[in-house]
Amino acid sequence: MRSAPTAVFRSLADPTRRSIFESLSRDGEQTVGTLTDRSGVSQPAISKHLGILKHAGLVRARHLGRQTYYSAHAPALAPLVEWMSYYSSFWQERFYRLEDLLNRMDQ
Amino acid sequence: MNTPDTFSVVIERELPHPPEKLWRALTQPPLIKEWLMDNDFQAVAGQHFKFRAAPMPNWNGIIDCRVLVVEPLKKLSYSWASMGLDTTVMFTLIATKGGTIVRMEQSGFRSDRDANYQGATYGWRKFIASLERVVAGLP
Repeated sequence: MRSAPTAVFRSLADPTRRSIFESLSRDGEQTVGTLTDRSGVSQPAISKHLGILKHAGLVRARHLGRQTYYSAHAPALAPLVEWMSYYSSFWQERFYRLEDLLNRMDQ
Repeated sequence: MNTPDTFSVVIERELPHPPEKLWRALTQPPLIKEWLMDNDFQAVAGQHFKFRAAPMPNWNGIIDCRVLVVEPLKKLSYSWASMGLDTTVMFTLIATKGGTIVRMEQSGFRSDRDANYQGATYGWRKFIASLERVVAGLP
């Protein structure tokens, strides 16, 4: 494995952050206000979650006048997708070995 | 079994061997070593153990584990921590007429059911599958 996807994992381990990221991916860029209205979570909480997502590179901010617009940055998901494809092939290969071992074991 | 909030890798196979044999392959260190990795596994819940693979650049080859669930012939689960990333591996065995269905699930993060955000409309797994396509199309 090339890089540790820790920051991406940690930031997406939280269901609220996952939902924020999902919403930004699906519906395009939004302000903290819009995200708050749709969430049922307080604005400071949303801002804190956005900060963590931003730190992990998953979210980008664009300032326009007094508003800040947040958008999803999909390429930051690459380590996570890599993790998944790494372990998919890892376990598939190990399962072939397991089958081979079972065939060699008695009884 | 279906936890859409969990990001995971799943392998499921039906093998023409009895659960007893599979259980041995999953729990006896010399056998585990043959198909998975060198280890000091003990089938006791709460026990810490390590898998050791050949070190690679940026990785010492060590996976720190702790046994979480031991249900002989049915279920085996351990934590799997490597490079600061905590995951959980779970094996489930189901006896069939011709052998055993073995299912392995490695979960990237635990499902947290009390999400209080209203925006989630579709499962994480489906979501990540669509993003995988997005990322695949990137330069």
